[in-house]
Amino acid sequence: MAKVDWPAADKRALIGKRIDRIDGPLKATGAAKYSYDINRPDMLWAKVVTSPYAHAEVTSIDTRAAEALPGVKGVWHDTEKEVRYAGEIVAAVAAVTEEIAEEAARLVAVQYKPLEHQVVDTDPALSKDKPSKKDQGNVDEAFTKADKVVEGEYGIPVVTHCCLEPHGQVTEMRDGELYAWPSTQNVSRYSDRLGEAAGVDQNKIHVECQFMGGGFGSKFNFDKWGPIGALLSKQTGKPVKLLLERDIELMTAGNRPSAYAKIKIGAQKDGTITAVEAEVWGTGGMGGYGPPPIPYVFTKVPHTRLTGKGIRTNRGGQRAWRAPNHPQGCFLTMSALADTAAALKMDELEFFLKNVSLTDRAEVYTEELKIAADLIDYKRKAHPRGDPTPGPVKRGLGMSIHTWGGMGHPSECDVTISPDGSVEARLGSQDLGTGTRTVIDIVVAETLGLPLHAVKVQIGKSDYPASGGSGGSTTVGGVSASSRLAATAALNALFETIASKLDTAADNLEVVRGEIRQSDKPENKMSWKEACALLGVNAITRRGSNNPGESQKMHLMDGGVGGAQIADVSVDIETGIVTINEMVAAQDCGLIIDLKTAESQVYGALIMGITYSLFEEAVYDAKTGRMLNADMEFYRLAGIKDVGNLKVHMMTGKGYDERGVVGLGEPPVISPGAAIANAVANALGVRVPQLPLTPDRVIAVLAKGGNLA
Amino acid sequence: MSDEIDASKPAGLSRRGFLKGFGVGSVATGLLSPVGLKEALAREGGVVGPGEVPVTLKINGQNRKLSVEPRVTLLDALRNRLDLTGCKKVCDRGTCGACTVLVDRHPVYSCSMLAVEAEGHEITSIEGLGTPERMNEVQKAFVHHDAQQCGFCTPGFVVACTAFVRKHPDATLEQVRAGLGGNLCRCGTYAGMMLAVVDAARKGVS
Repeated sequence: MAKVDWPAADKRALIGKRIDRIDGPLKATGAAKYSYDINRPDMLWAKVVTSPYAHAEVTSIDTRAAEALPGVKGVWHDTEKEVRYAGEIVAAVAAVTEEIAEEAARLVAVQYKPLEHQVVDTDPALSKDKPSKKDQGNVDEAFTKADKVVEGEYGIPVVTHCCLEPHGQVTEMRDGELYAWPSTQNVSRYSDRLGEAAGVDQNKIHVECQFMGGGFGSKFNFDKWGPIGALLSKQTGKPVKLLLERDIELMTAGNRPSAYAKIKIGAQKDGTITAVEAEVWGTGGMGGYGPPPIPYVFTKVPHTRLTGKGIRTNRGGQRAWRAPNHPQGCFLTMSALADTAAALKMDELEFFLKNVSLTDRAEVYTEELKIAADLIDYKRKAHPRGDPTPGPVKRGLGMSIHTWGGMGHPSECDVTISPDGSVEARLGSQDLGTGTRTVIDIVVAETLGLPLHAVKVQIGKSDYPASGGSGGSTTVGGVSASSRLAATAALNALFETIASKLDTAADNLEVVRGEIRQSDKPENKMSWKEACALLGVNAITRRGSNNPGESQKMHLMDGGVGGAQIADVSVDIETGIVTINEMVAAQDCGLIIDLKTAESQVYGALIMGITYSLFEEAVYDAKTGRMLNADMEFYRLAGIKDVGNLKVHMMTGKGYDERGVVGLGEPPVISPGAAIANAVANALGVRVPQLPLTPDRVIAVLAKGGNLA
Repeated sequence: MSDEIDASKPAGLSRRGFLKGFGVGSVATGLLSPVGLKEALAREGGVVGPGEVPVTLKINGQNRKLSVEPRVTLLDALRNRLDLTGCKKVCDRGTCGACTVLVDRHPVYSCSMLAVEAEGHEITSIEGLGTPERMNEVQKAFVHHDAQQCGFCTPGFVVACTAFVRKHPDATLEQVRAGLGGNLCRCGTYAGMMLAVVDAARKGVS
């Protein structure tokens, strides 16, 4: 009888190895069809019309000129009277070519009555919210008793998701059924309530997304453009492709809230942190605002006080952005802590190691910090704040630690073993590029003792068994558990069928490298093909249902990880340019299914982190209320030359593997901002308090002497 | 990129912006010297459009006849008319490189070239470099070094890298960093990509 538990290290044929992603060839050759690539017969192209005003009343929308343009087939406009940010969609047109649709969108005449707007997020006095408060211990008393009290002000701006594939979908109403190909992180639940919005029965909606070009937390729902596409398709009787233009994508399709904070740290002479007080503010645009956690990770600091308030601004609404609120909490906390270490004239690594007892996983952080330090040659390179070497280029090291949950989500998976020996796994999950398909393949193939190519993995359709949305690093745990449960159940059903042929009980059977054999008498065996042939005409299908609580008890999956990163940077004090020389990450995530794609997650997170540390910021003009850099030239992403040398160390083996699978997408993107900013402070001797660390900010701080002068 | 400079464009507007963004649908002979379009231009007295004009594009070794308005970019012609969707529309402004194709073996942003300009040139899209079953060395190296995640930027990078390694068969990491600055990735696949490009260069790409 096959057991559900993960196999021991010496029994793993595939799990934990470096395995190429199975859809790699499709992607590398352009054969992978993303939602944006779906071209349906007789399809129309839709373009949206957006508000140029940050806040306005729409007094009229005249679509007559657009409708009169030859080739225009459908028009939609909003009935809402108020637009609350520049870039908000007010109308849409559908036409036989993309060019005609663009032209028609320009012909839609919208009259606005501009209203007062507010897009500034840096001034806490602009908040109209009642501040949230969180108190622990006696902060005021703790500060009076502290040997050292260090105060600082730090900030991390609004950044966007900037998914390379924009939001949107192809929608087709056909025979009363609605077919949607959205770019989504949430195949199984994407269409929840879309039926209502589009006037279709919910059970007549079919969603498919085989490949999607990035979501990072911004693509869970059908959004405003979902029903617009469906209604235009309904109106015209034709399929409609509606994917956002880049500028609209950047203004409307999600962003990460900003966070600015005044932070006060109390510490003993030996470096022990005793008190943390923080006043945080920021904006989630038209969305809500929850203050990031401070102190981050060091949650056992006995005396803490956190006051948070949101500033409602006329900007697009915030969405989950890879590890919601953690990069902000991490940057603010770790910056203040590094400044405290510097004020105490303590080595930063020593200071962090001293305080790991104030975290939930002291041993993990200790191990990871030491590994990261070795990887970057910390002992040789480290120096107190302020690179003493002459010349304009100053070099420094900085570090940070982080945490994330990453417990697998509910997931259902069907595994079918066919009489010809072929195997199929089906689940309504999605592969965001994390390697979900590959992970499912590895788990099912490992469970059935088969090579990878023997398993066909079918994901990306809402008609398959439901699986959770891919957010919060919940996918790898969820699909690993459900596919393991399904494959094990299917295998045991096969054992039941063939046991009598091998003159033994199903309980005595095992599968090893394509052979089913008696555990205590391995020569009594038959090949996988022979065994499956005995099924006659009846394929075996078994459902695996991942119940997170139960799977955690069974150690199939778990939640909660650490992670440590150290950055090595150079700063040119004449130009203000920050260069990443090297960055290292030590990261745990329980049992690793595919080491190669796991490492890619961490490399990718370091790079995304370097990007938001050095380049990214949604810049808004206070006067016009518009985003000034809603394109990819001025909303800059790091290029290949910007990222330096990266080293990733995945924690494996004892202490990690036996926990089961834990999610990995979010954690490594949390620390880079803090680690890089701390490295810059270490290089310069003064703190550049706000991300991104652009040349102008560096120069401005150097001119003033910084906040630790 | 084509480094042809159009002196006739209005100040402050790119030629592409001028032609595409403002819906100007005519093409003057001075702009280009294609072969198939020639007849239409001769017939129409040197100006065609704003309606559709016949164009023959040689793509991946095949002549493809299509009818497009002069304002249609090569990218949109490939994706929307010919269903060659490997090249992606991301920035649509010549910044990110996701739409990169080869024009006479040179990497070109297909969002910044009009389809009518591409007539008479040899265009190779990602689909012309290999198939999942028969990948070129760059594609194999991208898979092996996991130089892709969501994969949306990947075709553009593969095309750019193919041109790059043909030109730099002994590419060093420094050359890779300098030579592939015209493409952007959001998932952060540069670490694998650097290894992939050096690896592919070593193996050689025809």
